[in-house]
Amino acid sequence: MTIVDPKTERPDQADLDKAAGRPEDADQWTAKIRNTAVEALPPQKLLPDRQPAYVASWIYVFGVTTIAALVVVIGTGLVLSIFGPNWWHVSSTGLFVNSLHLWSVEIFMFAMVVHLWGKFFMAAWRGKRKATWITGVVSFLVSVGAAFTGYLSQQNFDSQWISTQAKDGINSTGAGAIFNVTNFGQMIMWHIVLLPLCIVAIVGIHVLMVRLRGVVTPFPAKGETPGGDAEAGATSGAEVQA
Amino acid sequence: MSAARATRKARPFKVDRDAVAWHGRYEPYDLAKEFLIAFVVVCILVGGLAIVFGSPDDTPVTVKSWSNADAVGFATTAITELDGSSGTATYGPPYNLNGTTAGHLGPLNPAKWLGVHHPIDTANDYVLGPLSTLPNQPQVQAAVGQYKAASTDQQATWNAAYEKAVADAKFVNGKLVVPAGDYGPVAAIIAAETAMARSGALDGALLSSRQFYGTDYTKPLLFIADGDYFANLGGAQHLSGDQWGMMNETGQYPGQAWLWLYTLWYQVGPIGNSDNADIMVFSIMIALTALLALLPFIPGLRSIPRWTRLYRLIWRQHYREVERGNGGSSGIPPPQTTDEVRTPVTA
Repeated sequence: MTIVDPKTERPDQADLDKAAGRPEDADQWTAKIRNTAVEALPPQKLLPDRQPAYVASWIYVFGVTTIAALVVVIGTGLVLSIFGPNWWHVSSTGLFVNSLHLWSVEIFMFAMVVHLWGKFFMAAWRGKRKATWITGVVSFLVSVGAAFTGYLSQQNFDSQWISTQAKDGINSTGAGAIFNVTNFGQMIMWHIVLLPLCIVAIVGIHVLMVRLRGVVTPFPAKGETPGGDAEAGATSGAEVQA
Repeated sequence: MSAARATRKARPFKVDRDAVAWHGRYEPYDLAKEFLIAFVVVCILVGGLAIVFGSPDDTPVTVKSWSNADAVGFATTAITELDGSSGTATYGPPYNLNGTTAGHLGPLNPAKWLGVHHPIDTANDYVLGPLSTLPNQPQVQAAVGQYKAASTDQQATWNAAYEKAVADAKFVNGKLVVPAGDYGPVAAIIAAETAMARSGALDGALLSSRQFYGTDYTKPLLFIADGDYFANLGGAQHLSGDQWGMMNETGQYPGQAWLWLYTLWYQVGPIGNSDNADIMVFSIMIALTALLALLPFIPGLRSIPRWTRLYRLIWRQHYREVERGNGGSSGIPPPQTTDEVRTPVTA
């Protein structure tokens, strides 16, 4: 039987290979990466349409709000970068876009901090989620750096003041030799290239980890005794067969 | 698989490290819709705040604007750059090797580890060098030549006399008037420096790059920051270190509120007043940041969420159902021997 893809009206090569008894090349790097990725995060787990019943609090909204604000931050930043660093000083439209960028950063940081505190009070690192917590903290730190370099790149009195104040702290660590806060060219490159790339990468990894491990379960309720069904592999038994 | 790998030690359940697997019900949850709603709400909020409050954009200070607004203050700073007593001249690494203001942490002085990376010789970079570029001013060039040819002791004598006199200087009819004294060529040098600054020519001459395109403002910024004029403008805008400093912005804007903990330490007397304040504050923040990142591994600290019991507010509906025995809970999971965490159960 010839198997035809209804969209392309061409035979599907994978189906043809299967029908002909030609197994996929499981040793191929590409196949290994695909199989590992799909096994770790099948589509239903990557984009689930169900959540455990305990995921019912406003605090859960702040994670997605942080990402939504990040999209606005990046979008407004892209518009500013299209017209260059002087644009918003001489154009009312540019000033408005700069205002959008500023306030989206404020909301991004606010949502991120609330998200961070929410996850702290949930002890969201429980059950093999330590790396998720650490990537969250790192993304917060990188975001602080990105916002800071943004303030240094404004080319106004604020950036003059902040750079001349901040240099003392950074120089005291020795980092000032490499990271010169009074060098506008260096700071704007960090702000629009290096740090955004880091943020997007770390937030991406963080979100994938959340999907991989799921949302942390509540602490045991009064009277509950955690037994051998712990997510972290902790058990009350002495030996467990792997 | 080896026997050692096939069998692994069971770990006792620790409530602040481990989580109970979920066997309760699952509810429909549309992540894509939630994201879209959040995005729209953020856009509305951002648009509203931008329309109502805008964003600050105070004009930067230039050497020209400074010297025109406060010529005597500029001259007072210029002589400290020439005699090597200004903040920048005595800063130390990464600008020069003249000072130790970066501070120590016990025997450690990290600022010196990488040495001088942005060299600034204030006398030459801020005063003598720029004046040497002035065309058609033989008197100025002669004064610069006389100063350079003099001995270090002679230069110091002239500088000290002028630095004392400039406190009583006045700016009259476009000229710096200093009480009469033996300042050698220094009076002519500082007068020419002030005139060059007021014309705007010094701003360009101070750019670190000698190429046509320049983006490094280290030299002019540090020069401007050495003067009281800049500090007074910052103080008037509630930006000084004792006013929670750089986390603020000009005007009534939230600024970098997330830097509050960093700025807080400068408000603590023994730290803020220390010569080593910067390295102390940075060290404290590095330690606190490491604690935050590694919190899941630290017994005691990782128990704080359980002790505060705020999680019961977050999961109040869950606990209400569990304590009523309504089944929507994790319940007491049956003994299980794998790490598999859940089997989705649709409602």
